[in-house]
Amino acid sequence: MLKYESISELVKAAEDSGEKISVIVLRDHAESMEKSELEVYERMETDFEIMRHSIEEGQKKDLKSMSGLTGGEGYLMKEYAQREDTLCGSFISKAMSRALAVAGCNAAMGKIVAAPTAGSCGILPGCLISMCEDKGFSEKEVIMSMFTAGAFGMVIASRASIAGAEGGCQAECGSAAAMAAAAMVEIMGGSPLQCADACAIAVAGQLGLVCDPVAGLVEIPCIKRNATGLVIAFSSADMALAGVRPKIPADECIDAMREVGDALPAALKETAGGGLATTPTGLKLREKVFG
Amino acid sequence: MNVFDIIGPVMIGPSSSHTAGAVRLGRVVNKLSDGRIPARVEITLSGSFAQTYKGHGTDRALLAGIMGYHSYSPEIRDALMIADQKGMQYSFIKENIRDAHPNTASIKYYTEDGAEGTVQGASVGGGNIKVDHINGMRVSFSGDKNTLLVMHEDKPGVIASVTNIMHWQYEDLNIAGFRLSRQAKGGEAIMTIEIDGNPPDTLIEDLRKLKYISNAILIRKL
Repeated sequence: MLKYESISELVKAAEDSGEKISVIVLRDHAESMEKSELEVYERMETDFEIMRHSIEEGQKKDLKSMSGLTGGEGYLMKEYAQREDTLCGSFISKAMSRALAVAGCNAAMGKIVAAPTAGSCGILPGCLISMCEDKGFSEKEVIMSMFTAGAFGMVIASRASIAGAEGGCQAECGSAAAMAAAAMVEIMGGSPLQCADACAIAVAGQLGLVCDPVAGLVEIPCIKRNATGLVIAFSSADMALAGVRPKIPADECIDAMREVGDALPAALKETAGGGLATTPTGLKLREKVFG
Repeated sequence: MNVFDIIGPVMIGPSSSHTAGAVRLGRVVNKLSDGRIPARVEITLSGSFAQTYKGHGTDRALLAGIMGYHSYSPEIRDALMIADQKGMQYSFIKENIRDAHPNTASIKYYTEDGAEGTVQGASVGGGNIKVDHINGMRVSFSGDKNTLLVMHEDKPGVIASVTNIMHWQYEDLNIAGFRLSRQAKGGEAIMTIEIDGNPPDTLIEDLRKLKYISNAILIRKL
């Protein structure tokens, strides 16, 4: 049985058996959930299908959030991604459009898969659906990689936190990007250690990110942070695949995330008491929604 | 915890605490009224629920839960309209409930046949809830497990009589959590018993026959 208390444990277990992290995680879950591997895999497949559907919903032109403050981000980015001269290139621009779409779908009371939270629900689908649609990897490979993503998320949840109210946005979008980065390294054929490296780089890249939602709503800046978080996931995965090693191991980066989260004042942990939420414009928007 | 706690739950947005958790609080009322839709509900919203319910759809989520929908049901979006169609009247009151968690709602419900009840609980994060009061009595449960509520007189031996039946007649029922609260010594009391496994409905009937027990309710896993 795996304990999911450290990334190094996952890496070692995979290295010892000569398998991918996702393979040992799926087997371990089938055992502990007393189900067949196929049943557990199919449950993940359902989540993957819902993610795909959230993207479709979120890319609709007239989508508006409940508060009316946001909407249409996924559509605009999708249109823009068709140009040949986007700065990030067509692949990343399309992936950003998917992350924005899922986060926008969430804000419009659409159906989403929390990954790991509702506020950060766009990063994993933005990355993974793009690996399928635009890089030509099979659904099977991509869905399997979600077990690696989930296992990394479990370690982060147990060593640090995945809740903005406890750890700030680094715990939500930071965790999501780290999970996605590890999953994509695995899809690309990277080693278990390279998955851990990508996770470390992604966590380190978002340390200290605060949770400061305008009016307390999961919209501003959450929706766009899903797209910026996604870019961090891709860049972290690419660095790991290139052999650029993090100097601080993943587990220690996660421990640092916890320490930083504990040190953040309550005003910057999902209370709308600081950061963007209390800027003059942030306060005006709050007034507009709640009077 | 498993990977599906991290990649999941599947839910209607935008907020696990203000939307998904609110649906689950509403579902407690649905379970208490045996799935019948109340004729009228009065919902008091406190703290952050009162401040932000419109932007998070907390009002729709609570009504959806009361009508038996789940935190993944697309009907949440249209819950106000569905309540109108089903003839359930509703009102929302913004009022601070003292000493309550910031995301607290108190739901008073009236059924067609004249019964009424109150559920007060909080959405404590990640879609999880804690029910604090039922019909004015203090309880504490999350709805993650099948939960037995036993209203009784505060007399010696009542707990033993309940746990004896659970053990001797229904051996698989293991108690995962237990709490007793009472209004005064010898007065009205309530046991909150969280159970592993799946108790049959006959357990409730058996418990209701016991001396000093006025009522027993089983709230199945939300």
